[in-house]
Amino acid sequence: MQSNYWEAVRRRFSENRLAVWAFWIIAFIVVLSVIGPWFSPYSYTEIHLAEQNSPPCAKFWFGSDELGRDLFTRIWWGARISLGVGIAAALIDVAVGVIWGAIAAYSGGKTDEWMMRTCDVLHSLPYLLLVILLVVIRGSGILTILIAMTMTGWINMARVTRAQVAQLKTFDYISAARVIGASPTRIIVRHILPNAIGPIVAMLTLTIPSAIFTEAALSFLGLGIQAPAASWGVMVNDALSAMRYYPWRLLFPSFLLTLTILCFNLLGNALRDALDPRLDR
Amino acid sequence: MHFAKKFLILLFSLWCTISGTFFLMHAIPGDPFIGDKILPEEVMRSLYAHYGLDQPIWVQYWKYMKSIVSLDFGVSIAYHGRPVAQFIREGFPISALLGSMALCLALPMGVLLGTWGALSRGKWQDHLAMFLATLLVSVPNFVLSTFLQYAFAMKIPLFPVARWNGLESAILPMLALAAMPTAVIARLVRSNMVEVLAQDYIRTALAKGIPLFRVALTHGLRNAILPVISYLGPVISAILTGSFMVEKIYAIPGLGQWMIHSINARDYPMIMGLTVFFCTFLLVMVFLVDLLSAWIDPRVRVVSYAK
Repeated sequence: MQSNYWEAVRRRFSENRLAVWAFWIIAFIVVLSVIGPWFSPYSYTEIHLAEQNSPPCAKFWFGSDELGRDLFTRIWWGARISLGVGIAAALIDVAVGVIWGAIAAYSGGKTDEWMMRTCDVLHSLPYLLLVILLVVIRGSGILTILIAMTMTGWINMARVTRAQVAQLKTFDYISAARVIGASPTRIIVRHILPNAIGPIVAMLTLTIPSAIFTEAALSFLGLGIQAPAASWGVMVNDALSAMRYYPWRLLFPSFLLTLTILCFNLLGNALRDALDPRLDR
Repeated sequence: MHFAKKFLILLFSLWCTISGTFFLMHAIPGDPFIGDKILPEEVMRSLYAHYGLDQPIWVQYWKYMKSIVSLDFGVSIAYHGRPVAQFIREGFPISALLGSMALCLALPMGVLLGTWGALSRGKWQDHLAMFLATLLVSVPNFVLSTFLQYAFAMKIPLFPVARWNGLESAILPMLALAAMPTAVIARLVRSNMVEVLAQDYIRTALAKGIPLFRVALTHGLRNAILPVISYLGPVISAILTGSFMVEKIYAIPGLGQWMIHSINARDYPMIMGLTVFFCTFLLVMVFLVDLLSAWIDPRVRVVSYAK
């Protein structure tokens, strides 16, 4: 029964060719972010003052920026930061959201009501504005950005988990586990969460692109990673003032940023659809 | 009952926001009057007294609350004591106009795209519509803005590159702001429409010989669009924060650009004032949207977590 379900999920997913492509593109970007900088003879901070704003050529594959730094190297260094921050923030969101949602749903009653009302209040505030505010006050830096992004980023995760757990806890096997004396923690961790893992993974996949976007937006507003390190958002911001004359400086980071977010979204949507048996045709 | 509960939640959220910004403002390290010059102690003391900083924090909190209630959002430091309320009076109408233009574009476009997808469910048109929606959600608005600016203002000079004068200059920023809401609405309308089209009354209408397109418009859309209304809150929120980036790129003198200016100048009182204003505006809008959807759709009133 279990293996049939996952078999069907795998089949439904691989029928979605677009999502399979998205998966391989993400894999490709991740691999390049790890090995990309090794392909280049330059470091991401190396300055070539004689060759500022060079267009893409044999020496600088993606061109160079206003200090003559190699954009190819910087793009893949930036990929590490953009992807790293995005994935880390999404993982923290999942950890907090799953715990919050599972406790709310399993407790039920007043506790549930209050915990989810807290979510409602936090959810009604503009997410990006809160993140900006926190970063402005604490000063930018990777840790601050992560904290700010996960302050309210976990809410969707909590809602998804809560819906799953609230449904699963009414099943007979849960009552059976309770009757033989399993503790609530054990029931949640061993019996409920493994069965709720599908939607949680799908939500995780959809949280990553929104975290990548938030980091890029912060960097674009000048609140992100500090020079000389650069994420894709920082590079877009740097290229903005010169885009009329040096459009490639804008093209590469914004294209990769969009492509990565698009692929994660396609993948997440496909996972969500594949995990929903009602959509089986 | 529904109204009273929502109203209480609104008040509570507002109180949380305002208190939050107050205590955040006090959490900023440093002293506003410690600058390049070292001031004599008497001067410092009189400055503290003038701004009420020598009083206990609860007295300051109470004063802050009273000033917010009377729509006084403090003064800017970077612009030499100009009241934040004045920036809001000048900038907000522009941002509001641009935002409503984007919303007016996104609603019909999103409904059209979503309906198109639902009517051709499973076919290539459906896949195309949903791919477009995913693409529009995925392009960060600052990337889309710069792309539109480069393509349709610099390479093909159809529209002005930036600035805010006349309808022409509003087109590109409006498109950039409308992309995300269009996509969100399209997804929502499609999934609702698919559900509605499977209902018996749709089959009855089709059996009577009414063309599919007309059925979709008269019966389907009416039911598929209700959830969209209750989803307008997040859409307004997206437009609001999106305006920061878009106004920066197109040099539009709206409130979003003032927000960016104050962030760059680390003008804390102004950042706080604008944050309180943005949050209040958004919370009130969400409240109004809630009322609207409860008024239109009685089902909303009984929905609770115990679903």
